[in-house]
Amino acid sequence: MKNNFIQFVRKESLHILRDRRTMLVVILMPAVMLMLFGFAISTEVNDVRVAVVAPVRSDGIREAVDRLSRNGCFSFCGYISEQDVDVKLRSGEVLAVVVFDADYDRTLLQAEQNIPVKPPVQIVVDASNTNTASSAALYLQNALSAERPVPTVFETRLLYNPQMKSAYNFVPGIMGVIFILVCAMMTSVSIVREKETGTMEVLLVSPVRPLKIVAAKMIPYLGVSCIMLAVILLLARYVLEIPMSGGVGGIVAVSLLYLVLALALGLFVSTVAQTQVAALLVSAMVMILPMIMLSGMLFPVENMPVVLQGISCCIPARWYISAMRKMMIEGLPVAAVWREIAVLCAMIAVLTGVSLRKFNDKLE
Amino acid sequence: MNSIEVRHLSKSYGKVNALNDVSFEVERGELFGLIGPDGAGKTTLFRLLTTLLNPDAGTAVVEGLDIVSDYRLIRERVGYMPGRFSLYPDLTVEENLRFFAALFGSRVEESYDLIAPVYRQIEPFRHRRAGKLSGGMKQKLALSCALIHRPSVLFLDEPTTGVDAVSRSEFWDMLTQLKSKGITMLVSTPYMDEASRCDRVALCNEGSLLDVDTPSGLVARFGAPLFAVAADNMYLLLQESRRIREVVACYPFGEAHHLIAGAGFSPERFAAALRDKGVTGLSIRPAVPAIEDMFIKLMGR
Repeated sequence: MKNNFIQFVRKESLHILRDRRTMLVVILMPAVMLMLFGFAISTEVNDVRVAVVAPVRSDGIREAVDRLSRNGCFSFCGYISEQDVDVKLRSGEVLAVVVFDADYDRTLLQAEQNIPVKPPVQIVVDASNTNTASSAALYLQNALSAERPVPTVFETRLLYNPQMKSAYNFVPGIMGVIFILVCAMMTSVSIVREKETGTMEVLLVSPVRPLKIVAAKMIPYLGVSCIMLAVILLLARYVLEIPMSGGVGGIVAVSLLYLVLALALGLFVSTVAQTQVAALLVSAMVMILPMIMLSGMLFPVENMPVVLQGISCCIPARWYISAMRKMMIEGLPVAAVWREIAVLCAMIAVLTGVSLRKFNDKLE
Repeated sequence: MNSIEVRHLSKSYGKVNALNDVSFEVERGELFGLIGPDGAGKTTLFRLLTTLLNPDAGTAVVEGLDIVSDYRLIRERVGYMPGRFSLYPDLTVEENLRFFAALFGSRVEESYDLIAPVYRQIEPFRHRRAGKLSGGMKQKLALSCALIHRPSVLFLDEPTTGVDAVSRSEFWDMLTQLKSKGITMLVSTPYMDEASRCDRVALCNEGSLLDVDTPSGLVARFGAPLFAVAADNMYLLLQESRRIREVVACYPFGEAHHLIAGAGFSPERFAAALRDKGVTGLSIRPAVPAIEDMFIKLMGR
């Protein structure tokens, strides 16, 4: 009977290989999504146009401006008068204006002697795009205080992602989505397709337990997902230059766990849905959308209302993304994500249990 | 020795009564036909006997095994060809066959002698995708796949629906050939003319069996005068014939209408009555009853 199993896997692989669209999706999607989110859609700040208001050109101010214009993230648009600030910002000529106090140099000296002072610099930012604005403001603060300590004024340090690269943020999220798409959606659709075309009837009227056939279905999809995992990790490491200092072994292990979970989810969907369209809809509406919205991929879970935070706990991707962030970006070892691993394992157990109970070897 | 025994089988989907107290037997090695229109409950009966569904009431036994308690054992012994094309269109002819052989823990070579009469006809196309075959070839492939594990009982649900007349006739020739190998076959069809190819047939309608007998036995028990009538205006003829009290039934049958005569029917009086209604060019002659006539007579009862 072992030989049969290989035959079943072979048949399933042929289905995948002969469906050009699937192949295209499988090969292109991870690369395109990664590149799109990694480069095109970014919340990091580049070439922020900055103007400066300086009542005097003191040494300290000149030095600060020099620092700004040397920094690759800003392009210095010259000195403007205080009255022009509003006009320049509104017209979009500049995104931020740095307003220096006339007493800038003296205040800095006082600050160095630990005398309390009021901040000698004001940063005005066009906040019509909140993401860019907050990044730009933060970065300006950093740049202005980087070399000269201004201890009383502020101290911000950006850990793990000091350049605030958005790729760091997106890569775990993309992995979370892609694996659900491939494993859960494709397996559920391919199982339901057999129901829809009537081949399931023939499969059922055979000595083979249908679960064996379903298991055989999952193996090629697992293989495809592993290839995608490799592609993503290679791109992430060498193109997007994500550190992964926590060790690749742990990342792969947790990802494999997540793949198994996605397959269990696919099996579950296939027990609920009767048609391919229904399977797609269930996958897309019930899984993908909440996953993108609530998993913390785009919006931080901590900022959500309590109810949505509760719902997000049920979303597998949330735990996977959280684990991936810790391991890929913060560089923590596997042991640090034991909680996420435990939740993923529990989800696998529940989903498989429910699916096996629901999976029927009769038609109704 | 019976291969299939059905006792008072009933099945309903919600409020729809798909099968209503059906009983019959099929002998081992018999080619048994289930004849009836769409919605007669044929597919439901097949799904019950192939253990895909559980009955609401009644019992059935296939090869001595109960369809509810021994369903796993039944699944090892029967071959099933569902009504619609149920193979993988993206796999080639050969790949389909190999897969179904593997499904039953067998190899194509082991059963080649059994499927050869069917499979040899499509073997030249074995590298073609199943989805690109013609209707007749698809049926032959499906039959090959259903036979690949040497089943002792074969369930064929409307195997000839949607297939051209020549392929249909060929298909029945193949079934007759398989019968000689001792395989019990239950075949359903909506085509009445195929009934004569069966050893025995069950006429079914709306979930009930109207009668079970050999094709010749059914026709012999017709028991009423049958006429073939024709006229210039066939539609008017049909309308007016149905109004005459001595006519039990009148229905289109090929190029003429068939007319089942009741007590006191006389062709002369019938012709005169129709002439009064303006029917011209009337011809009336006795006809030999076929299965379809029997079916209509039983349905009218």
